[in-house]
Amino acid sequence: MAAIYSLFIINKSGGLIFYKDYGSAGRMDTNDSLRLASLWHSMHAISQQLSPTTGCSGIELLQADTFDLHCFQSLTGTKFFVVCEPGTLHMEALLKVIYELYTDYVLKNPFYEMEMPIRCELFDLNLSQAIQKDRVALLGR
Amino acid sequence: MQFFSGSSVVDVSLSPTAPPGTATGHAGNNANVLYIFNRNGICLLYREWHRLLRTLDASQDQKLMFGLLFSLRSFTAKMDPVSADKGNLGVPLLPGQGCSFYSFRTNTYKLSFMESPSGIKLILITHPKTGDHRESLKHIYNLYVEYVVKNPLYVTGTPIKSELFTTNLDQYVKTLI
Repeated sequence: MAAIYSLFIINKSGGLIFYKDYGSAGRMDTNDSLRLASLWHSMHAISQQLSPTTGCSGIELLQADTFDLHCFQSLTGTKFFVVCEPGTLHMEALLKVIYELYTDYVLKNPFYEMEMPIRCELFDLNLSQAIQKDRVALLGR
Repeated sequence: MQFFSGSSVVDVSLSPTAPPGTATGHAGNNANVLYIFNRNGICLLYREWHRLLRTLDASQDQKLMFGLLFSLRSFTAKMDPVSADKGNLGVPLLPGQGCSFYSFRTNTYKLSFMESPSGIKLILITHPKTGDHRESLKHIYNLYVEYVVKNPLYVTGTPIKSELFTTNLDQYVKTLI
């Protein structure tokens, strides 16, 4: 059972800088994930234009037949989104945790170039721990 | 994909019975908008109830909305983590083909979406805190079938001008606010 299917991080111009799959069916190659990421970036922007009231900041939750997609946008425009099973709870909190890990292990890494793909060992390590912890917590609930 | 539970199709009487309203008491800040598109992307009906912000003119707004739905449909069909065979991104999908979405939420509104097997798309925009609108959309679709499709003077693919439909629609949407 996988509560979380995949995680994407896209930079402020819509480029995919991090993608991790946690067991979704069917293969998604690099091209597909890049295209999905930039497609999401534009969908997010269009949804703000279509808002019937002021102050819209884009899609937060997309509910589909077989999955839920939770999206979190940081103040700098970096977007984090997870694809999870329908009805999975506490995904906002998980996204905040992932954002925290990103600031700690990616942004504070002196060798990381801004807006470029994330290749940081410590980030990978802590991320898999956070996801694991979330799964354990889910089993406990 | 299943569009209707068997009973709701059979039970259609002349005036369909409405599912219970999902009013939340957020009426003050509540913009409700309804779009109906046919499968060619022609907007058959656009109706709004206290919409505060219009950034684009009506036809641009409708085109953008249809484009958003089209892209979101191919996005969800490709993203579908359950099925192994997903086809290519961007290939037009038939109604009911592949994984579809039924709603999305932003901080200012919630959009609920339904597509009928004939490609009629219903889009309802409500306050973000309202509940599931899938039943409401089915009811609106029933109204459409009753008062628009069964109207002998209605030419398919043209904007809806049926007064009976709009009054019934207004009445029903009021229970959602």
